[in-house]
Amino acid sequence: MSRNRVRRLPRPTVAGMKVPTRLTPPWRSPLRGPWLTSVFAVVLLIGIPILFLTGLVSYLAYNPDLSPVNDKTPEKGLLGFYLFAWPTDPYWLYRVTQGVHVTLGIVLVPVLLAKLWSVAPKLFVMPPVRSPGHALDRLSLLFLVGGGLFEFATGVLNVQLEYIFPGSFYPLHFYGAWVFIGAFVAHAALRLPRTVRALRGRDLRAELRTPVARTVPEPLDETGLVSRDPAPPTLSRRGALGMVGLGSLALLVVTAGQSIGGSLRGTALLAPHGREPGSGPNGFQINKGVTAVGIRARDIGPGWRLTVRGGGRETVLTRAELERLPRHVSALPIACVEGWSTSDQHWEGVRLTDLGALVGMGDAPPSVFVESVQSHGSFRSVALRDNQVRDPRSLLALRVNGAELSADHGYPARIIVPGAPGVMNTKWVRRLSFGESSWPV
Amino acid sequence: MARMRRPRPNWRELRRHLDVRRRFRRLYGESPGQLLILLASFALCGYAGIRLLAGDWPLILLWFVGAAVLHDLVLVPLYTLGDRAVGAALARRRRPVPRAGVNYVRVPAFLSSLLLLVYWPLVLRTPEPYEPATRLDIDVFLGRWLLITAALFALSACWLLVRSWPNLWSRRPRAPWRRLWPGRSSGRLSDP
Repeated sequence: MSRNRVRRLPRPTVAGMKVPTRLTPPWRSPLRGPWLTSVFAVVLLIGIPILFLTGLVSYLAYNPDLSPVNDKTPEKGLLGFYLFAWPTDPYWLYRVTQGVHVTLGIVLVPVLLAKLWSVAPKLFVMPPVRSPGHALDRLSLLFLVGGGLFEFATGVLNVQLEYIFPGSFYPLHFYGAWVFIGAFVAHAALRLPRTVRALRGRDLRAELRTPVARTVPEPLDETGLVSRDPAPPTLSRRGALGMVGLGSLALLVVTAGQSIGGSLRGTALLAPHGREPGSGPNGFQINKGVTAVGIRARDIGPGWRLTVRGGGRETVLTRAELERLPRHVSALPIACVEGWSTSDQHWEGVRLTDLGALVGMGDAPPSVFVESVQSHGSFRSVALRDNQVRDPRSLLALRVNGAELSADHGYPARIIVPGAPGVMNTKWVRRLSFGESSWPV
Repeated sequence: MARMRRPRPNWRELRRHLDVRRRFRRLYGESPGQLLILLASFALCGYAGIRLLAGDWPLILLWFVGAAVLHDLVLVPLYTLGDRAVGAALARRRRPVPRAGVNYVRVPAFLSSLLLLVYWPLVLRTPEPYEPATRLDIDVFLGRWLLITAALFALSACWLLVRSWPNLWSRRPRAPWRRLWPGRSSGRLSDP
């Protein structure tokens, strides 16, 4: 108890000079202190690496090294060192990793804000720079805080289709993540001893039993986080932790359902994909509706043809001819980079291997370049890797859940590949070019 | 012969070594390890940073630096003003409530603002691509957010009622406020 007693110390002085207090805001919260900061820090120390890794997984899942059309960050250099062929098993992998990425990111917003709130006095520390080492440390914090909030902001805006950030989402979020993680790792390494010390200094369980009436500020120390002139507490430290936790829980409740799907989708009250757009076989989530990408009725009307090319051969099929090819059924979800996903849908169509065989590709077709009738927008053409093409569940789907595809879901024909990000499942397909991974000449 | 001579510690060498470290710390202000970690970090940040800025760099830079100070220069003053406003409003009441009573407003207000902070684009109906892309109605979010906010404040009011119910019909109120004011037996809803 005595350890936690409030001590009133004189105003901070620097080399005997009184610091002008008017320049520094009066930080009076009795809760700020190294222990509280460290608790938030530990949550972020676990959460941020999960966000970073699932983010890298998402980049990998686009197979950016396969073709320039899959890669929105061609200047990545060494930052793509870890790329390998994205697997098709388990087929729900991307659904899980990206659902975790987006949901966890949103859930961590209050923790990030609480962490920043707890260290806010450090921005106004006097003198602003003590030494060259301190200056570099502060520069690193600019990368850390700027990078962190930049990543959270671009992510949160992108999932709501609010494209106000300065440029394409992919390079901003990808390179921003590397700036952020560079500063994050250094910050974690430099502050870890202090964090461990702070956490050991107080007993978490005792803290969770301390009500507001017995809450006293943490002892003054060299971190400069503890208020020298604390106001009387209106909230205990457990109350502050509880409030932040409640914030995370609230965000989880109004968000997670859009990734879990089923009957829980309706619980995602504020998430962008918390409702089904309709009922019936085609009543599941849509990424880009047919009107959103400027497709005209005649593009997908009776005049529509599918061109299959490869090895110098070419076949043109009408929809009726396509329907006469052997048909198969795959139960696969749509999982979007925006974090939402659908439960497994029953797709019915022609295997990509069978389409490859039409132009003499045999049992082991190479990668395929897929083009849509869509005339503008990103990912209107993609390259699928040979392991994706050869998977027997990979289809050019004509029907879903026992009905014709709707125009919004890609009528007359769309790709569906196990484990691939949503946009790789091209809708309104007009041409398949086997053995080519860029615009065919 | 050489074996006979015992190796003596080279004190001068050792002192000079220690002195270099101390001098480094005096000049630089931190340990050499800190410098190495930060230089490695800056190398990675720089490598990614020049790629990040390859686009519309002045605007991207503005976003990046703006994000870094947004919290401390915008959100923290907002929290403080909000807290003071609620505190002042409660203090002006004829029967002022205990200090911790502010939490019955603070917690639902915090949760509601947090939901708005994350989901403001949908709540304010600003993303134009939303409806054509998803085929969903964007107008529902404002109503939902308002209803959630109403529910949060209603829950808080119920909680306050439950915690203070003995006061409603007993002249010797007990549990709820006593926890807030140990040592005070009257338990009246008043701030000293």
